[in-house]
This record gives sequence, structure tokens and C-alpha cells, in this order.
Amino acid sequence: MTNEASEGKQTSTPFHSSRANDWCAGCGDFGILHSLEKTLTNMALPTDKVAVFGGIGCSGKTPYYLATYGIHTLHGRLLPFATGAKLANPELTVIAVGGDGDGLSIGAGHFVGGGRRNVDLTYIVFDNGVYGLTKGQASPTLRFGEQTRVMPEPAMLEETNPITLGLAAGFSWIGRGYAYDTKPLAGLIESAIRHPGSSLLTVLQPCPTYNELHDKEWYGGKDLDTGQPRLYSLQEEEYDPVITKEAAPTAREQKRLQCLSKAYEWGQRIPLGVFYQDLSRPTLSDMLRMQTDRQAEGRMTVPARQSICDDQGHPLVRLDTLFDKMSV
Amino acid sequence: MNIENNKFAWRNFSWRIGGAQGRGIDRLTTVFGRLCAGQGLHIYSRREYHSNIIGRHSYADICLGSKVVTSHSDAPDMLLTLDAESLARHVRTLNEQGVLIFDDGDAQASLDALPFLDERLKTDLLRNLSSDDLPGTTAGLLEQARALGVQLVPLPYRSLIDELAKEFGLSRKQASRSINTIAVAASAALLSFGEQDLNHALENVFGGAHPALALNQRAVNKTYRLIDKQYTPLEHVGWLQDQSIDRSRLYLNGCQSVAMGKLAAGLTFQTYYPISPASDESQFLEANTANTDGSFAPLILQVEDEISAATMACGAALTGARSATATSGPGFCLMTEALGWAGMNEVPLVISLYQRGGPSTGLPTRTEQGDLGFAVHAGHGEFPRMVMASGDIEDCFYDAMQAFNYAERYQLPVIHMLDRALASCSQTVERFDYRDINIDRGMLFEVREKKFGQVERFVNTATGISPRPLLGQDQATYWSTGVEHDSYGQVSEDPQVREQMMEKRQRKLQQVLQELSFDEKLRVCGDEQAEFIVLTWGSSKGAVWDAVARLDQSGIKLRAIQVKLLWPFPEQEIVSLIKPEHTLIVVECNYCGQLNNLLREVTGRCADHCIVKYNGRAMSGESVAESVLKIVSTQTGEREPRMVLHNDYE
Repeated sequence: MTNEASEGKQTSTPFHSSRANDWCAGCGDFGILHSLEKTLTNMALPTDKVAVFGGIGCSGKTPYYLATYGIHTLHGRLLPFATGAKLANPELTVIAVGGDGDGLSIGAGHFVGGGRRNVDLTYIVFDNGVYGLTKGQASPTLRFGEQTRVMPEPAMLEETNPITLGLAAGFSWIGRGYAYDTKPLAGLIESAIRHPGSSLLTVLQPCPTYNELHDKEWYGGKDLDTGQPRLYSLQEEEYDPVITKEAAPTAREQKRLQCLSKAYEWGQRIPLGVFYQDLSRPTLSDMLRMQTDRQAEGRMTVPARQSICDDQGHPLVRLDTLFDKMSV
Repeated sequence: MNIENNKFAWRNFSWRIGGAQGRGIDRLTTVFGRLCAGQGLHIYSRREYHSNIIGRHSYADICLGSKVVTSHSDAPDMLLTLDAESLARHVRTLNEQGVLIFDDGDAQASLDALPFLDERLKTDLLRNLSSDDLPGTTAGLLEQARALGVQLVPLPYRSLIDELAKEFGLSRKQASRSINTIAVAASAALLSFGEQDLNHALENVFGGAHPALALNQRAVNKTYRLIDKQYTPLEHVGWLQDQSIDRSRLYLNGCQSVAMGKLAAGLTFQTYYPISPASDESQFLEANTANTDGSFAPLILQVEDEISAATMACGAALTGARSATATSGPGFCLMTEALGWAGMNEVPLVISLYQRGGPSTGLPTRTEQGDLGFAVHAGHGEFPRMVMASGDIEDCFYDAMQAFNYAERYQLPVIHMLDRALASCSQTVERFDYRDINIDRGMLFEVREKKFGQVERFVNTATGISPRPLLGQDQATYWSTGVEHDSYGQVSEDPQVREQMMEKRQRKLQQVLQELSFDEKLRVCGDEQAEFIVLTWGSSKGAVWDAVARLDQSGIKLRAIQVKLLWPFPEQEIVSLIKPEHTLIVVECNYCGQLNNLLREVTGRCADHCIVKYNGRAMSGESVAESVLKIVSTQTGEREPRMVLHNDYE
């Protein structure tokens, strides 16, 4: 793909926004934005049933450029915001977009919490190894010893691997895409959205301004003896990430180990595609519904849809049972 | 203006039980409370405990009255001690003519042998005993008490327990679980409460099928016979039996009251992270989602931290759910960035803030009103928020309900301030009358005609309030951001847009001050003509109201004002009540006098006298009355400007 294509003019879709975009020329973010817009359109989702939550940083601006519910939140906190909206109104398709620093550094606690909860939403991590908006500091995915042009010293910290952390946290769908390869990326986004549970899609997203180490040429393997691209597709190599609904615990264990070994592959070859998909885990909404049914069967559990007052504006809830319980 | 007079009792009877934490004190306190409530008495009870699961000293007070009781008493009329440490800590607090019910096995304990007795207190007690030429033991303390006129009721706990163990085929350790019951039964018998009534209260609290019920009821029976044989029931408390019974009356604590207020308001989403003392509220909600009569069960969710709790509650609020979170000081610290986001994005977020002793981990299980300044100013930058504080168990319910109306009407975060004292004090109150209270969802966005493009979410209006679209609403997509933005939620750093949006947001506070009634802002009691005005807020209200009633009995007229709405500060109403000729006394549980500082910040007026307390224990009515009396009866020039309330024992 060329930079031109990744920034290229898109035919108007219902999700298209005419707001002026202030990302740098050649930024990988364009490829992710366009893939997302294309996927939402192809899936024929109504614009008013989609909510996109952004974190802080260049990637967090993505909601500005989509004509839907677009909520720009706080640094590291987008997952709880997105989770609150999804639990309160399950008919929304909820997408959370943020950078690697946002999710793996300041938001690491919520990253783990988000995986554990397994709420049905899609979390796209824009992984470029740097903090762009604050002028290029190393982010958690920059590898130990690497040094970009603006860094005075090589990175002293061990990198955080979003896929292994995502697996440990409990995300039930984990994949990796490449920002300049929008067709497979759109496919991954669609698969992530369709997955019933928390989906973690990390996208290798070159930052042309602050990360000259991992640019298009590097991912394309131009520096290698073979000259072959580093990136390859797991699915093209018959990799099967799926734990079926009825899978035995041993199958689950095996798929996790398989995911781990692929997640640590880096350097000469870098896998893309779906690393892991666990269909055996119930979502948090399923669990909450079961809990409610145990206590009071058939009660509604859609907070956003609940009418709470009558025509006169008086409360609908009756507390008599509780009052009886608490009376002298 | 609703004057809250003639409702409160100053005459009351104060009962205290002390023992090791985790051994059933809480439950037996509830049993005694239920017994008294069942006699038609009004009750105010409270608990004090360490940040510990089992073994450290804890105690509970139950204050009984023929009218509404609003405060505990520092000096109990009857004290039940289950171990020597409790005896050592509390015996000196007993009223003259008080009654001490204790384990006869604790009568000879050396104070040096009590591992958890604080060194400071031990030294004090030993010095005091030695100056009376008494030994450094509980025997010495008992001798002092006897000399002061305290009636001593030593109970043979050990032999009673051994008899019960034998009778029920239990080990001594198992049977000793009924030790609380023996103490409570002795106190009930001395107060002439019926044995059957106590058994009924036991059944009520334990549940009829509880395996220990029979053991405890047998303990009651044996204790009643023992008291009957050896003691005469107290005569001066005949009024305790003389009450008319209202079975519909509720007996509940602050957490439960807030939780029920939230349910009445239509709470559908609450998040929390475990913290003392706030999580009691969320746990009550979790346990009772099925106990409301309606078609809905609110989602109550424990999350990874308070940052998540507040931001997740914001996410739910955006969809139109009535959404809240509950926390205490350390958790609220973490919530401040979400608070600013809610202010900037005009999100109706309700935060129930149960203050506890700070700073840092502070006094996790003790009370303080130390977060007022923080709540009013929390967050960077300037944005509108409302801060309200409840003063008693009734307030807790109605304020919790109103908090959602305010949040949605003005589209801003509302901080509902409570504290440990309210959270764990229980009171008898009339059933809440909530069915006619309006639920105000505020101005919601309606699609008038199908229009292309995003909704103008933050349209600039005269009131500052813009119609609110909800996430997922048909044809209402919009942008929202914590970055400064224009009326379409598009990022803007234009200087004029910045000014307009700052003004739009802040204008909502003017609306609040214009629209809220006097009673939503302030509550007053006492004499309109009084020269002395006592200003207070939050849980100190109970002690102040109690002090006003007590002093009224001695012919001293006071006027008291409770500030319920703390931000925006109800300047106009306060200035109209407090004139230059009044002597102003501000009462609150903190070191700095935070209400006084806020008053000075907004009105320029400040207290002539501050009565403060910051040792983690709530104020009692009598301690406030005593300090006010000192002020009232001293010449202007000789009065102390700052009085600190203490607890010498405990």
C-alpha cells in the first residue's frame, strides 16, 4: 500500500465525517480509520447504534472523524467508559480506540479489568511504540534497547507485549493487524466486532514522525537478507485460534499456549491475524442476566431502557417489601 | 422555611456494649435495638471499631428516647463489657448512678496484661489509680466506679457458659458465643423489658431456623432468672416501657437509607470498588435488587478501581441510565479526573462520598468531615459541580433521591456527602414518603425533523443547559470530548469559543441557586430571636440539634442552621439569616473548620467561635451543648474562639 492510498479520498459512507483531520501525512492512523469506517458501513450498522470511544493521543481523535456517537474520553480510561455504555445499553456496537501508551501504561489496570470482564466490545490498540502527541517518548511497546531519533538514550525498560498481556487478562478475542494493509485489517475489525465478548485488536501503526525504526520499509523486510516482508498471515498458515463453545479445558489450555508462542514471534517474522478466540466464555452481560434471574426471574436488565417514572413524573419503583424488611 | 422544632428528645437513656471485634457485638446490638424499637422507643445507635477483622476492641451505643433521638451520648447510663479491655476503656465514661454489667472473671485483671489497650490510655489510667492509692487493675477501676455511685452487676459468665455447654453438649468455646446474649439479657431484665420480647428480637435477627437460636434463648432464660433473684429492676427508667408502638417505623443505617433513596430515584447502574465505609451501601444494593417491587433490577458492579468506577458510571450515564458510584475519601481522590470530565462533558454523574478520617489511609473506620474543601474544589480547572451533604438518616434517603434530579436537570456531577458516622449509625425513622416526589430527567433532546449531520450537543442557551441526547437514541449522534469544544462537541481553541463555553457551563450554577428552594439549601431549628447562631453541616447536625433541645430545657435560646447545599454556596439565604449582631458558632468534625472557611470565602463573614473535633469520633449532643454553654455564659472578650472536643476514654 502507498501512503497516498492509506490517506486517499474515500467515497462517502454514512459514517463519513467531513471534519478536517490533523494527523501527520503518512500516519498509520488513517489506515485504521478508513478500515473502521469501511467495516461499519459494510456491516450495515445504523450510525446511531454505534458508539466510538477514544482515549488520549493521536489515536484517541478517531471518534472525531466518524459520524456516529463519538466520545473522546480520558487518558487510559476509555475501556471503563466504553464498558459503562455497553452494559447500560447493550444494543450499541461499542468500539474503543486508543494508543499503546494509553492502554498498556496509564490504562494498564483497566486493560486487565477489561479483559477479565469480557464485555461485548471491540478495543483497537494503535501500536506505534511512541507517544506522538508529546513528541516521541518511548511507549510500552518499544522494545528494550531500541532508540528512536528523538530519544537521548536507548529504551531501558522491557517492552510490554499487548497480546500476551491481553491473553493473561482474559480478552476472549485477540488479533493483530497492520495499518497500511487495510483490506485484511477491515476483515479483522469485522471479526472482532462480531465476536461476542471483549475483543482486543492491536494494530501495528507506523508513526512517520517519531518512530523511524518501524516504518513501512522495516515491516516490508527491506533490511533483511531475504528482502521478504516480516509480516505474514496466521490464517494463511492454517493457524486455528478458536476454542469452541463446548471445548474441553485441555483444548483451552492448548490454544492459550499456541497463542503465547505466536505472540512472542518478532524480528524476522511477525504474525498478523486472529491469535485467539474463546467462544466458551460467557460475557459479563450473560453473567449479570443469570445473576438477576437467580434473584428475581424475568427482570429487565437494560439500564438505559428502563422507565423509572410514571406520566406524572412519580417513581415507579415500590419499596414496600424493603420497608417491611427494615421496619421495627 | 420549615422549622424543625419540637420533634427532638433531649431526655434519653444511653446503653453501651463493648468487646472484641468479630464476636457478635454488632448482631447483639441489633437485637437490643430491635427489642427497644419494638417497645415503641426512638433509637439512635452507632458503632465504633478498628480497621481489623477480629480481636480488636469495638463497641456500640444505643441511645433511647421518647422522641426522635439525633445523637449518641459520650456518657452511657448502662455499660455492658464482655472483656477486661472494654471495662478499662469505658468504665470511666459511665454516668454517675450508671450501671455496669461485666464478667466477674474480669474483676482482677492487670491493665499491663491487656495487649491492645493503647499505651496513652493505660498510662493515664494507671496514674489516676495510683493517685487514689488503688492497684493498677480492673479491681481498682471498679472501686473508683463504686465510689462514684455506679451500680456494679458482676455476672458469672463462666459458670453460665459451662452450664449451657453441658446442657447443649457443646464445647466451652462453642457455648461462649452466647456471652453477648447473656450481657444483653441482663441489661434487658434490669430495664424491665419482657423476656418474650427479647426472644422475639433474637428470632427476628438470627432468623427462626438459626442453629444457635435455641442456645441463645436458653441463655436469655437463665440470665433473666439470675437477675430476678439477685437484683431489683431500675426504677427511674419507667418511661422506657411507656411508649406507643408504631410498627411501620423503619430502623436503618445511613448506607441503607442512601441505597433505598437511590432505588426510589430509579437508579439503574452503580459501580464501586471496595472501601470502608462506602461499600456497605453497594453491598446492600447488590443484596436487595430483588426486593424492590418493580420490573427492573439495577446493575451493581464491582470494578478494578475507583477511576474505573467513576468513568464507567459516566459511560452508563451517557446512555440515559440513572448512574452512580459510591466511595470514601481515598477512592474519591482517584475519581477527580472523571469528575472534571463529567463537568466538561455535562454528564449527570452522582457520587456518594462517605468521608472517613484522612489524609491518606488515615482512620479508615472512623469518622470525619474532612473532605468538604476537597469536594468543592476537586479536579483541575474550573467546572460546575454540586455538593450536598446529608445531616441524618432521613436526609440520606431524600438527598440521594434528589441528587439524581439535580444531576440530570443541570447536567453536571453531583457529590452527595456523607460520612462514617452516618454510614454506621442506625436510627428509627418514619417510613419515607417518596411516591409523590418528582423525578426530573432534565431537558432531553428530541428529534424534531430528520436532519443530516451531528446533533448540536452543547448548544449555548440562556440557562447554560442544552437538550441532552442519549447514546443509542435514534438520529441523535453527536460528539463529546474532554478537550475544550464548540457547541457541536468539536475541538476548539478559539478564544471566543472558550469564553462562551466556560460561561455556558458555569451559568448552570446560577440556575441552581435560583431554582432550589430554601429547604433544599438550608435547614433551621431553634429560636428565631436567638442572639447565638450555630451553623453546621453533615452528620454534626444531629449533635447540634440535640444540643439546641438540651439547652432549650435550661432556658438558653439558640438558632441552628444546617447547610445542606454546600456548592454552589447558598450565600443569599445565609446572609439573610446571619446578621452582624449575631454571634456565630460553627460546628464541624474537622481540624481546619472547612465550612467556616467556605463561608468566609463566599460571604466574607466567618465564625466568632468554632467548635471542632478531629479524633475520628462523632460529636455527641451533650459535648456540643457544653461548649456552646461555655460560649454563651462567658463575656465576649473572654470567650475562646476555637474549642476542640475530645474523648478522654475509650
